[in-house]
Amino acid sequence: MTTAADVLRRSPVTPNRRHIPVFVTLGLLLLTFSIGSVRYENFGTPQVFLDLFIDNAFLIVVAIGMTFVILTGGIDLSVGSVVALSGMLCAIGTSKLQLPAPLVILFVLLVGTGFGAAMGYMITAFQVQPFITTLAGMFLARGVCLTLSENQISIENGFFDAVALNSLRLPGGNRLSWGAVTALIAVAVAIYVLQWTRLGRNVYAVGGSEQSAMLMGLPAGRTKIQVYAISGFCSALGGVLFALYTLSGDPTHAVGMELDAIAAVVIGGTVLTGGSGYLIGSVLGVLVLGVIKTILSFDGTLSSWWTRIAIGVLLFGFIALQRLIGARRKSRRSAPS
Amino acid sequence: MAAPVLEMEGISKGFPGVQALQDVSFRLFPGEVHGLMGENGAGKSTLIKVLTGVHTADAGLVTIDDVDTLIRGPLHAQRLGISTVYQEVNLCPNLSVAENIFIGREPRRFGRIDWKQINRRATELLARLGLDLDVTAQLGSCSLAVQQLIAIVRAVDLKAKVLILDEPTSSLDRGEVARLFSVMRRLKADGVAILFVSHFLEQIYEICDRVTVLRNGGLVGEYPIGELSRLDLVAKMTGQELTALEELDEASPDVVKGERLLALEGVGRTGAIDPVDLDLHAGEVVGFAGLLGSGRSELARLIFGADSADTGVIRTGGGPVALKGPRAAIDQGIAFCPEDRKGDGLIMDLTVEENIILALQVSRGWLKPLSQRKREELVGSYIKALRIHPPHPYALVKNLSGGNQQKVLLARWLITRPKLLILDEPTRGIDIGAKTEIQKLVVSLAGDGMGVVFISAELEEVLRISHKIEVLRDRRLVAELDNDGTLTPEHILQTIANGAADS
Ligand SMILES: Nc1ncnc2c1ncn2[C@@H]1O[C@H](COP(=O)(O)OP(=O)(O)OP(=O)(O)O)[C@@H](O)[C@H]1O
Ligand SMILES: [Mg+2]
Repeated sequence: MTTAADVLRRSPVTPNRRHIPVFVTLGLLLLTFSIGSVRYENFGTPQVFLDLFIDNAFLIVVAIGMTFVILTGGIDLSVGSVVALSGMLCAIGTSKLQLPAPLVILFVLLVGTGFGAAMGYMITAFQVQPFITTLAGMFLARGVCLTLSENQISIENGFFDAVALNSLRLPGGNRLSWGAVTALIAVAVAIYVLQWTRLGRNVYAVGGSEQSAMLMGLPAGRTKIQVYAISGFCSALGGVLFALYTLSGDPTHAVGMELDAIAAVVIGGTVLTGGSGYLIGSVLGVLVLGVIKTILSFDGTLSSWWTRIAIGVLLFGFIALQRLIGARRKSRRSAPS
Repeated sequence: MAAPVLEMEGISKGFPGVQALQDVSFRLFPGEVHGLMGENGAGKSTLIKVLTGVHTADAGLVTIDDVDTLIRGPLHAQRLGISTVYQEVNLCPNLSVAENIFIGREPRRFGRIDWKQINRRATELLARLGLDLDVTAQLGSCSLAVQQLIAIVRAVDLKAKVLILDEPTSSLDRGEVARLFSVMRRLKADGVAILFVSHFLEQIYEICDRVTVLRNGGLVGEYPIGELSRLDLVAKMTGQELTALEELDEASPDVVKGERLLALEGVGRTGAIDPVDLDLHAGEVVGFAGLLGSGRSELARLIFGADSADTGVIRTGGGPVALKGPRAAIDQGIAFCPEDRKGDGLIMDLTVEENIILALQVSRGWLKPLSQRKREELVGSYIKALRIHPPHPYALVKNLSGGNQQKVLLARWLITRPKLLILDEPTRGIDIGAKTEIQKLVVSLAGDGMGVVFISAELEEVLRISHKIEVLRDRRLVAELDNDGTLTPEHILQTIANGAADS
């Protein structure tokens, strides 16, 4: 007797098809980095590579939260404003109110998480589109920034100074800022959560089919609230790292960062409709964007708008790639009938 | 008799414009298989969804183990010991087979999900149903029937005291059904109460102890299966007295074989189906018979150009054609009604009329819209012919019952009046009355000169309406049988088995 099993065994199953976009992004990273190394002196050094993490620590952290949200099929437009708001709160708390830095940071993280959770609640309980809800969140957070202060506030705080000016010494005279270390830890935790915890798997399930996830008895609504809370937390943490990086809070910081984060996630191979993608891809996506910026700064003659053009081209390329893989998968789908 | 594990009393549920359930009561005892019967749209799935908390009843009481219970949702129902396979496969296509079986209750080691154990146990569980497949493959790459089995495996493994199976057998073949039944018997012996929905009377009589019949949202009654003849059961479901069941099947085929529409010469696709020679004629119904995975759907997809063949040529009356994609096939007058209405077929957020008119509109081109009157006339006639319920062109397809959705999909392709119509499991989930109507319709369309390819897991049905039967096995065409009226399902099964001996 033929069972479906025989059929499946015979069909050429390539389980790693979904890893392709991540490998493409990795290849792209290596390629751009090599181009830089060949063209510019002093580019191909470990420190330049580490600088990618140092200069983009906040974006990596923000992209983590964005990955969670996009994996469920949602979107979070509020991240840039929340980054700015968090920086403002850090600056005001430490430098105007003279509160202890750890306390301020804790408060900021709580505010970010709560803000995200509130948006998640709106989205699930009232069935408001994530786009609209987080767009409102974006205006709201930015508005609050500007009411707090219209000008930049610099941070004068012992703790912030100490963390910002010191770094982790690595062999070979290289260094990694504490902000970058934090970002890497966050990446490790997030990968663990997505791959090895129920919350992480529920995120993928909800992204695959929310209706099915609900009928399978998974807490679909709760999961959605959780991802927006995670994104809020990541934005707040990103804001703290940004404050460390710039040692200031500014209501106009991080304008448009949500778009960079979304671009990094998409370039990293995560599908905007949800359910498919890997966190490591998003990190690679941030690094690719970082390398392009570094190349432009090494060159010095190119306008910084080239970054935008490069991002645009990459996005088109990746969306085309996803369509291609998606189309191939669909045609294979009915194969083992 | 022991106390019921589950009792529903006076359940009513209305949707805008439809009273789906009206004062329905239902009881389920431990260790019984209870059939829930009714025509398409009778309210079976709605009753199930009320029970699992997907819908909240407008009125009525649910008692579990003698405790009044308000079921808040599917998760809550699962915690209360009710495990469900819904009518439409509800699993996540992007997750692996194994994960779909275990998600929400993953075994963990040191706080982290134990993937090794998940994959191992999933393999074991599937093996018990006779399935041996790569459990790390994505669910979406499996056929509908395999997905249905995976959903069953998941539900069974939840070790619930109440197991609900809403049309689990609609795309399974005999072997799979037999294995499912042996699993059900074992659960029954363990005292599990099973609610079973199916439109196949033989299955109901084989496995059920009692049946509850619904008609039009109302309760007709609850009967021990032994005290109800098939005729009575059908009468209770339809509300019409029949003198004999044969009234339902009189679709005796008369061949008026016309011109050759399509000739396949050595057409095949690696990994999907070995090269096949096949002639399709106008006025002829060709049935594809074969078990799950025999390649019957693959062959159909090649003919339609949904997959591209890598060997052989296809000729029409006019010469060789390259069927590159569905669009080319449609231009050649070929229509294909796929088996997966939810995935490949219907657009759930559009209305019945929009869904039905879709293919016709595409083949006419968007610049020549049908007039409003013409649309209404066409759609209205098919709603009537196929008994789509509610008979309302503006109802959203997602709000229709499963069987009625299937009818909409069918109507979409019938309406295009193709030269060659390929139907893959067209009667999946359709009740016996409407099924006969559809079979008659197919036969009469062939009588008018349409060529038809008819694929079904149900051999009786294939035999009833086909003139010629192509028997497939292991992705090969093993025999072509003339249906002269003497063939029986056993003949076909025998041919399939012999096909095995040859290879
Ligand atoms: N969400 C909904 N909104 C509006 N009407 C609905 C909804 N769900 C079901 N209905 C209607 O309720 C009635 C009963 O549907 P139900 O799905 O329970 O039928 P069924 O007995 O399961 O039929 P089938 O055998 O075709 O699966 C149908 O008329 C259907 O159109
Ligand atoms: Mg139903």
